[in-house]
Amino acid sequence: MNHKRLTLFAGHYGSGKTNIALNYALWLRSQGLKVTVADLDIVNPYFRTKDGAEQLKAAGVRLISSDYANSNVDLPALPGEAYSLVDDKSACGVIDVGGDDRGALALGRYVPGIREENDYEMLFVLNKARPLTRNIDDALEVFYEIEAACALPFTAIVNNTNLGPLTKAEDVIAGERFAQEFAERVKLPVKMSCASEKLSAELQNKVSNFFPIQIMQLYYMEKEGTSLGKINL
Amino acid sequence: MSETVLMKGNEAIAEAAILAGCRHYFGYPITPQTEVAAYMAKKMPKIGGTFLQAESEIAAINMVYGVASTGHPAMTSSSSPGISLKAEGISYLAGADLPALIINVQRGGPGLGGIQPSQSDYFLATRGPGHGDFHVLVFAPSSVQEMADLTGRALHLAWKYRMPAMLLADGTMGQMMEPVNLPEPSNAFGDDNPWAATGTEMKRPHNIITSLDLSPENLEKQNFERFERYKKIEESECLWEEYMMDDAEICIVACGITARVSRNAIVEARKQGIKVGMLRPITLWPFPKKALAAAADKVNAFLCVEMNMGQMKEDVELAIRCKKPVELCSRVGGMIPTPDEVLEHIRQIAEGGNKA
Repeated sequence: MNHKRLTLFAGHYGSGKTNIALNYALWLRSQGLKVTVADLDIVNPYFRTKDGAEQLKAAGVRLISSDYANSNVDLPALPGEAYSLVDDKSACGVIDVGGDDRGALALGRYVPGIREENDYEMLFVLNKARPLTRNIDDALEVFYEIEAACALPFTAIVNNTNLGPLTKAEDVIAGERFAQEFAERVKLPVKMSCASEKLSAELQNKVSNFFPIQIMQLYYMEKEGTSLGKINL
Repeated sequence: MSETVLMKGNEAIAEAAILAGCRHYFGYPITPQTEVAAYMAKKMPKIGGTFLQAESEIAAINMVYGVASTGHPAMTSSSSPGISLKAEGISYLAGADLPALIINVQRGGPGLGGIQPSQSDYFLATRGPGHGDFHVLVFAPSSVQEMADLTGRALHLAWKYRMPAMLLADGTMGQMMEPVNLPEPSNAFGDDNPWAATGTEMKRPHNIITSLDLSPENLEKQNFERFERYKKIEESECLWEEYMMDDAEICIVACGITARVSRNAIVEARKQGIKVGMLRPITLWPFPKKALAAAADKVNAFLCVEMNMGQMKEDVELAIRCKKPVELCSRVGGMIPTPDEVLEHIRQIAEGGNKA
């Protein structure tokens, strides 16, 4: 799979941008590249790129994130360090943009530099199982709102159709068809289809450009196979 | 059931309220529940409903009062500090016997506290959030699916009993994403509500919606009637889950996100041969007192797992009349207990029991 110096993941909130951005950064690193990830999310107070900080550090990926992320301070602040992503051309940059147009607004200040260098991919992450991007028209609304907010046009679509732990291979395959249909409408290619690495065997030859991802586990969620008890009324 | 979708807890609340027939939302943004308002802002205009960002939490709850007076379902949502502001309005709703849905996605407190999850509004919710003698129905979802299911249930029961209902979630439940089967659309509220202020057309006496009564005799009578209704609710609307309780010697009592942490701890403890189960209250008012009293005859000890300083523990002790010891595993201020912390408490109780 080809890559540019800068890769930006944007889309509807909850479409899976953070998880994919982390995995994409680790993948670039595994090719021996110098990689920096920036969390530009000014919208979401929980579940941030910072959750993967240790994993990134262990792999030798630099993380730029707000000092306030995951703290009790609900400040939509961006670290000054984030400019280095655009300026330091010796490293590959992965940018985790905040959800929807509101999240993408913060990207705007870096756009002049990104456009000038013109070595970037701006990816629209699409999950058909999200209620506000279930059909092409609704997804188009989100797509154009984001472009208008940050003034950076998308260059490709990423299929990330999933139902969390219930995701089956056929969901990903149906998601790819949806992403292709969407991509034709906006005249862009589908860059890749993402899914948990657990589905690798099932999906390897079923979707084009399969990108397996490791999903961040939350300790307070039940372990796989835990059942519910009897509910009484 | 419709197709499965992947939703945030906050979105599931919003969509479920719409599917249950609610067309009026009034709110004011606050982390970690803002997605409820954001979703409503996107969706309500498309379906002919009302989304209104009020000038304050207090204004929002009083707008709910206004719509409820006309016999239409209305809701508001906020997080802990915002719910404190709404307390006066909730008391007025209760005093006027009006149905309403109030969402509280709790964060750490007291005061401005923080934005991370908490369960420290347990007292506030279960003791009647506001002045005067009253209760609100309180539901504690423990999955995104339950966020949807209990939202619909809360709206319908609020309507049935003409009283406010509160969905008491926490920041984790509001922010996390899980697959959900959304319910089919319904509308059980009807156009003909004999108590509503809909215009008399000179055919009937006025319906007066108020919480004010200048006659102490009348006001006492209203209070008595209201508590007769509460008694019926306590008998018929308790909801709880029993997990591995058949042979349990230790009973965990936890709701919401801490019930999920506890489930992992129970599975691990069982592997170590400790007989532990869980009774998870789903309604916090009415509280499943009878189920707990029955459990007290079977188990040796209780363990409350809470994200507060032991507020529910008091209700457990009351429910079981202090028949058995009740221990506490708690984290506060936005911290979530880990399965290992819960397991350690279970082990200590089990070892203590052996010594005795």
